[in-house]
Formats: sequence, C-alpha cells, structure tokens
Amino acid sequence: MAVKRIGHIVKISGNMVAVETDAFIVQNEVTYILHNQERLKSEVIRVRGKRAEMQVYESTAGLKVGEKVEFTNELLSVELGPGLLGQIFDGLQNPLPHIAEQCGFFLKRGIYLEALPDETEWEFTPLVNVGDILRCSDKLGWVPEKIFKHYIMVPFHLAGALKVISIAKKGKYNLKDPVAKLQDESGKQYQAYLQQIWPVKIPIQAYSERLKPGEPLVTKMRLIDSLFPVARGGTYCIPGPFGSGKTVLQQLTSRHAQVDIVIIAACGERAGEVVETLKTFPKISDPRTGRPLSDRTVIICNTSSMPVAARESSVYTAVTIAEYYRQMGLNVLLLADSTSRWAQAMREMSGRLEEIPGEEAFPAYLESRIASFYERAGMVRLHDGSCGSVTIGGTISPAGGNFEEPVTQATLKVVGAFHGLARERSDARRYPAIDPLISWSKYKSFIDEKQMLRGHQILRKSHDVSQMMKVVGEEGTSLEDYIDYLKGEFFDFVYLQQNAYDEVDEAAPAERQKYIFNFIYNILETEFVFTDKEEALKFFQKLRQQFRGWNSAAWDTPDFKRSEEEVSNTIKEKVKNKNQESNV
Amino acid sequence: MYKFYTNISQIAGDVITVEAEGVGYSDIAEVSTQRGMSLAQVIRLDGKRVSLQVFAGSRGISTGDKVRFLGHPMRIASGDNLLGRIFNGSGAPLDKGPTLSENMIDIAGPPVNPVKRIIPNKMVRTGIPMIDVFNSLVVSQKLPIFSIAGEPYNELLARIAIQAEADIIILGGMGLKHDDYLFFRDTLEEQGALGRSIFFIHTAANPTVECLLVPDISLAVAEQFALNGKRVLVLLTDMTNFADALKEISITMEQVPSNRGYPGDLYSQLAARYEKAVDFEGAGSITILAATTMPGDDVTHPVPDNTGYITEGQFYLKGGVIEPFGSLSRLKQQVNGKTRSDHRIIMDTMIQLFANYRSTLEKRAMGFKMSSWDNKLLKYGRLFEKEMMSLEVNIPLEKALDRGWEIMAECFTSEETGIKSSMVEKYWPKK
Repeated sequence: MAVKRIGHIVKISGNMVAVETDAFIVQNEVTYILHNQERLKSEVIRVRGKRAEMQVYESTAGLKVGEKVEFTNELLSVELGPGLLGQIFDGLQNPLPHIAEQCGFFLKRGIYLEALPDETEWEFTPLVNVGDILRCSDKLGWVPEKIFKHYIMVPFHLAGALKVISIAKKGKYNLKDPVAKLQDESGKQYQAYLQQIWPVKIPIQAYSERLKPGEPLVTKMRLIDSLFPVARGGTYCIPGPFGSGKTVLQQLTSRHAQVDIVIIAACGERAGEVVETLKTFPKISDPRTGRPLSDRTVIICNTSSMPVAARESSVYTAVTIAEYYRQMGLNVLLLADSTSRWAQAMREMSGRLEEIPGEEAFPAYLESRIASFYERAGMVRLHDGSCGSVTIGGTISPAGGNFEEPVTQATLKVVGAFHGLARERSDARRYPAIDPLISWSKYKSFIDEKQMLRGHQILRKSHDVSQMMKVVGEEGTSLEDYIDYLKGEFFDFVYLQQNAYDEVDEAAPAERQKYIFNFIYNILETEFVFTDKEEALKFFQKLRQQFRGWNSAAWDTPDFKRSEEEVSNTIKEKVKNKNQESNV
Repeated sequence: MYKFYTNISQIAGDVITVEAEGVGYSDIAEVSTQRGMSLAQVIRLDGKRVSLQVFAGSRGISTGDKVRFLGHPMRIASGDNLLGRIFNGSGAPLDKGPTLSENMIDIAGPPVNPVKRIIPNKMVRTGIPMIDVFNSLVVSQKLPIFSIAGEPYNELLARIAIQAEADIIILGGMGLKHDDYLFFRDTLEEQGALGRSIFFIHTAANPTVECLLVPDISLAVAEQFALNGKRVLVLLTDMTNFADALKEISITMEQVPSNRGYPGDLYSQLAARYEKAVDFEGAGSITILAATTMPGDDVTHPVPDNTGYITEGQFYLKGGVIEPFGSLSRLKQQVNGKTRSDHRIIMDTMIQLFANYRSTLEKRAMGFKMSSWDNKLLKYGRLFEKEMMSLEVNIPLEKALDRGWEIMAECFTSEETGIKSSMVEKYWPKK
C-alpha cells in the first residue's frame, strides 16, 4: 500500500479549491478535504506543477487556507449491482432516503453513504461451470431484482479470456461475498462479487458491436411517435423556453415509454419536480407488468440548490447506471433534465479556473463534452448475441428561448431527433408544445411513410395559409386554401395535441396511433365541398369536438366504437351532401 | 480574544483585501473605520490574501483600518420576537426596537433533502380570477411577478399577501424606493397584518452589498418558522436589483461575465434562494412571491430568463392586468383537479378562445372585414377583459367559474367552444 498522499489548501474561490502537495497528483482523482470532523469530497480537475485545482462537491463555507487534503488515487466511481432499481440517489450516488433518516430535513455536508446496502442478501443462481472460458461482461449467474433477472457479470475492467476457477453454488449472498474466481491468460486470479465499481466518466464498452438504432421506441405521445419518432438506442433533445412544458413531457415519457428501465437524471432543476416523480411512481402501476413504476426506475437527482459540482457528475452517474443495465440485454431510457444546467456547471467551474471563455462564457470543450455524453447512447450486441440499448433524451433550457445558443447548437449536431418546443404553442395551450414545423427526426416511424408525409405537408400548408391570411385576410383567401388551413388545424387539434390530464388521452399505444392516423389520413384526402367558409368552419369545429370525445374513449371499448361511428356519420353527411349536389 | 488585522492592501468597489491567516471561507468580519463599524464577508481566500465584501460599502475605508474576523458565517436572530419588526439587510433594526440576538441562526443554510419535501397540494385562494381560475397559486410555490417599472407589482404583492392565508408574512425589499417601503408598511398595518409580518428592507439608498443579504436573511428566518409548523409567505421585491448587485460584485472580483455582464452562476445563485420554498413533511411551509422587473419589458433578459427556469411559473403583469399569455402556474394542476370538475375545462377553453380573440384584434387592426365568428370573438374578448382580467374583480373561485360559463354562453354556441359534450350537458347555462 502506497503512502497516503497529503496536500494543503492554498486558495478558495467558490467551489474551487487549490491544493499544493509534494506528492504526485492524478488528474480527476477523488480527494477529501479534512475540515474539523468533516470530510468533503472533491475531484482534481487541473494540475499545474505542485498545485492541484479541485472542484468541491459540497459547500466550501468555513474552509481555511492550510487545511489538509487527502488524495485517494481513485476516479469518481459508482457502485453497480442489484438494489439500484427504485432508488433515489444524489449526483454522487448517495441514497437520499437514507440520508434523510440520518440527517432529517436538510442535506448535511460531508455525509456519504454506501449506494447499495451491504447487508441485503440476494438469491444467486450460477450460470457457468468451473473450467468455462469467459470474457468480460459475460454472465456468471443471476439474482432476482424486482421483476428482472439481474445478471451478475464478469467485471468489465478485465481483459482477454478468463477461466472460471470456482463459482458459488445457488444460495444467498450479499454484495461483498465473492461469487466467482477467474483466472486470466497470464495466470493472475480475480474475484467477482455481486457488485462492481466503475468510474463514471469512462463508457462501459464490454460488447461485441454497436448497431444502428432502428426499432422505434414508443413513447405513446402521438406527435413524437407518429411524426418525430425516437429509436431504441438513439438520442434526442428537447430544447424549449421556460414554461413550454419540457418537464411535463419528460415526466410523461418516463411513465409511458416502452422500455425496460428508465433512469431519470434531474440535473440542476427544481426539487419539486423530483418530489412529484419520487412520490407518485411507487403508486402508479406499470400497465405492462402490473408492478409500481418505481420498480423499473432509478432517480439521480441533483437539484438546483444542491452543490454545483455534483450536478456535473450526476449525468455521468446516470449514464453509467444505464450502461450497466444495458449489459444485461435490457432496453434503458435515460432522461436528462436539463443538460443546460450541466453545461452551466461546467461554465461555472471553467470561470473559477480562469480559463479563456468561449461563446457566452461556456468553456471551449463544451461541444466535445456534450458529444461524448450523447455518444454513450446506443444499441449494442453483447458477447452472447443478445441486444441491449441505452436511449438518451435530454432537455435543453436555452437562454432567452433562443435556439442559436451554444448548448442547443452543440447538441443538435449529435442527436438523432430534435423536438423543439415553441412558446407560441404553449401560450395557445397546444400541448405537447413541440413545434412540428421546426422539429425533425432521423429515425423511422411505425406510421406508413406516405401518410406521414401527408401529415407534415398539411401542417406546412395550413401554416402558410394562416400566415397569408394575416396579410390578405380571410376574404382574400380561396375556399380551397381555407379548407386546407382548417384541415391542418384539425389535425393539430385532434392528433398532435394530447391532454396529459385525461386518463386515456395521455397515452396512445402504437396500435391506436396507426388506426387513428389512417382515419385522419382519409379525412385529409377527402375533398369536401362547402358552400362557404362559414360552413366549413362549422363542420370542422363539430368534427373536432366529436373527435376529442373519441380521444378520451379507451381503445377497443364500446365507447370507442360509438365515438368512431359518430365521427364517421358527421363525415358521411358531408360527403353525401356533396354527392347530392353533384347529382343536381 | 480576536485578532485585529490592519494591513488592508486593496480596495476596489465594495471589496477589500486584507492579509490574514486562519480565516474561514464565507466567514463574517467587522471592519472598524472612522465612520463607524460595518460587517463584511469573506468571498475569496488566496494564500494570505483575504477578499471581503463590505456590507456598508467601501467608501471612506482607509488602508490602515482594522478588520476583525468573527469566525462564523453570517447570522441572524430568529423567533417570535421578530414579528412586527423592521430590519435592514444586515439584520440591524430600522424601527425603534431593540437589537435582537436570541436564537441566532446561520443564513444560507444547507438545501432541503428532496425526499423530505411533499408534493404541493393546497391551493392558496386569492380572490383574483386570473390567479385562482387560470393560474392557481399553491402552498410552497415559488412564483415571480414579471413586470416593468411603473406597473403596480408591489400593490399586487401586498394584496395577495393580505388576502392569502398565511401565518407569517416576511417582506424582503431590495433596492426598494422609500415610498414603496412605506406603502407596504402602511398597507399591512391598515389591514392589521403588521403584527404577523417581518420586514427586511434594503432601500435604493443603502449600500449594494446589503442588498445581497436580504433574500438569505428573509428565507433563513422563514425557514425557522416553517420548521416550527408555520405557513410562511415570503415576498421579495425586486429580485432584479438582487441580480444587479450580484453582477456588481462579480465584476469587481474580475470574474468572467457570461451574459450581459451577469456572472455565470446567476442561475445557481437565484435557485439557491428560490429553492428555499418548501412544504416540509410534518411541519410548515414557505411560499415565495417575488417581483422581477424586466428591463425594457424583455423576457429574454438574463434575470427574468433564469428566473423563469427556476420558479414554478410566473405572473406577467402588464398594463395593470395579469396577462393570460406568459403567465403560468406550473403547480396549478396539483390543485385545480380537486376544486370543481369544470375548473380545467373553463381554464383551457377560455384561454384558447381568448387567444383567438387576440388574433382577431390583429386582423381588425389591419383593416380586414370581420366575419360573424370574429364578431363573436370580439364580444367575448371584451367581456373577458372586463369581468375576468381586471384586477378590480374580487370574487371567489366558484363564482368566477360560473361567470366563465355565462360569458361563453352569452357569446357562443356550445359547439363553437369545442367543449366535451358531457361537460356541456352538465354546465352549459340553459336559457
């Protein structure tokens, strides 16, 4: 064991502390500041000669020049193993409920608890035999965690072929009991445990190949799934000005998305939002499994009033946990809200380090950090042939709602879908406020492509006509154009908009979306004949009202059929009128 | 027992630098000058060089003046003795009462553990339809009033303070005009609310640094009451002055500015204050209403912009009314489903129709012919402005909802409103 390396504080500015030491210094190693009885976690972020500059993951109030600092030689890491699901961690993977038990209402600084409780025993079932040759991340066995088979894998950091020297028998073990002994080609032996440790800023790459994301990830949000789909293993971003519904959108996605596991990284946002998620998820049951949603969710929360440096680490903690479950062949969705706060944390630190600022004072490395974060998403084929995926959806809070700012622009370069929220839509209460005219997606939808294009086309046409009407007025618009305008508005109202507070309307399954989209496609293709604009407006208003009722009728119920008939009759009447007229 | 340091080596803005040892970060010091004594706070340590921001400003400080470090962070007295009292930004009495030193608490304490918060679920009734019906205020909400200089935002704050149910009202005034301060004092006194109020007042004439302390002091005191089970309403006006004070200090400290001169951590600084709004599991609550004036009525200005991302919505006060567009209470959905079954329908439909009214107004302004639908909208818009939007209206929520149905029935057929048939059957006024 090497001698403990010690340094002393020489400078304090906000959450940046500089230390001088005679020993060697490792970039990004974790250090502890010893202040009275407290040990404050920090990370080395720059080394200059004998001086290490560190970001402190806690408030620096009361620290003094000359206080001792311990270096650990370890990178910032997380504990991976059974027991993560349903947990609520802070950005450093401290379990918040346990901290509350110890400290009460407030987050006392310098309190670090084990992420996973050691004493819990797990029923281990081995899957390999002595003498088997394995690779890193191969499955040694499994333990049941909530509804999943939680596979215990060969530690990710081991390289080459590994021979199983011993494997534990079926039975109960806790996290720190060795369950297997492995030997590498050079004869060196390693223990494997139920848990393993992994540094958060390094991607887990123990798979055979990365695949192209193809299969759609159903969010049950019509506007997203039908027009701007997200793929499993893909990435997407949701920029929007404040109050345009980013968080509500993320919450709905976290509830309804068809994936195995959802990781929520609440990064520098309101505590209230996290509270809502963590108090309601245990009570909402997942329609697919019948188990509470919290059973498939991990929350990493570092809200805006919690220390800034830990905000920076929280997204990495989240993505590492996502990658871990992906290694078991599961589909994981990571929702980061908001990546702007993460970028701002970098900016704050960069300012304290007195680095040369880039655009809007963001550091020059902003783009590469954002790119490497989103690149940790992906669909991968594991060594055993099964596939797993990490999908990343990040919200962006652009300053002034202006998408031309550095974080939005850097993100747009690296994501596969862009759901831009518009203030005009949210002001007009058109939720979700994703602007269909500026958004895009590179992924394939389950909606027939021809129909989808028609949807896009009518929205654009309708928008053009409405712009034109502002100039030439309604009377200067031809009836034909006016009908296209009404069709676009109708499509927007009954399909794109979704009532998040209506039990049925809030989540539309893929089957229903296909059916309804087809129905609307036929309406869009129908040539209605109206005597004047007034009549056309009345007709579409009526249709809209009936359709809304249909939207709140549950799929495949008598109610649904009745509403459908009602809508069809309204349309038939109009078409019949037309036939009569043509007979005349 | 405390050591005095006399070697002040730099004075720039309201920040002085002194050489000293064994000083804790963000500790408080006393600076004695010819003109008297001022408190100061450590904001940077670099070797032996200690930078302090002087609360009373640096004017008149000499390089030979004495600095004494108190070895603890900024503290403030707390408890019932504060009720009815008026203090300045560093906690010294502005009224004729005694200086208080009981139950001293640190200001800017640690954040609340999210798992110890509860989901906000109690509506605060204000009697203002634009709030109650369209953007309900909720206990533990943090909500700014976005406004422009000259708008009656302080009057609105005072009115909400008096009409809302709260055990204790704490006013944090930053850069307040002296008249406004007197207005708050007199209004609360007239309504008999002064006895449950505490004022922390920094007027425009006071030194900038004191302005920075006002929110922290107000919220630290509020937190103490909330932990003892009280429902506290904190009014902060005007947070733009607070942000400007932050800007001034950070520029003095030669920090790289990020946007229009504001420091890069403006968001975190504002959030640290606003996030003190809380409903404690098993104790009281803090609700924060703040005024944020927008320079040039520009919502994309860094202060309202960052504020908007932190707070749970905003009231947009313009032309003496709360604008339906741009105003938002993010927590309204927590409470408006439990009031009356038509609350959400009224809220959504009336606003959508009002949006149509606004575009009709545009059309009319450009000289286009008004269709019969346009005329209906015009009638509706006028009624809405008069009977819902005007701040003169003071009616309970249920009455306001009834009025909403009546207004719509006066102007439209039920089909034109797009309201679900089941709701129409139940609520549409039958003539």
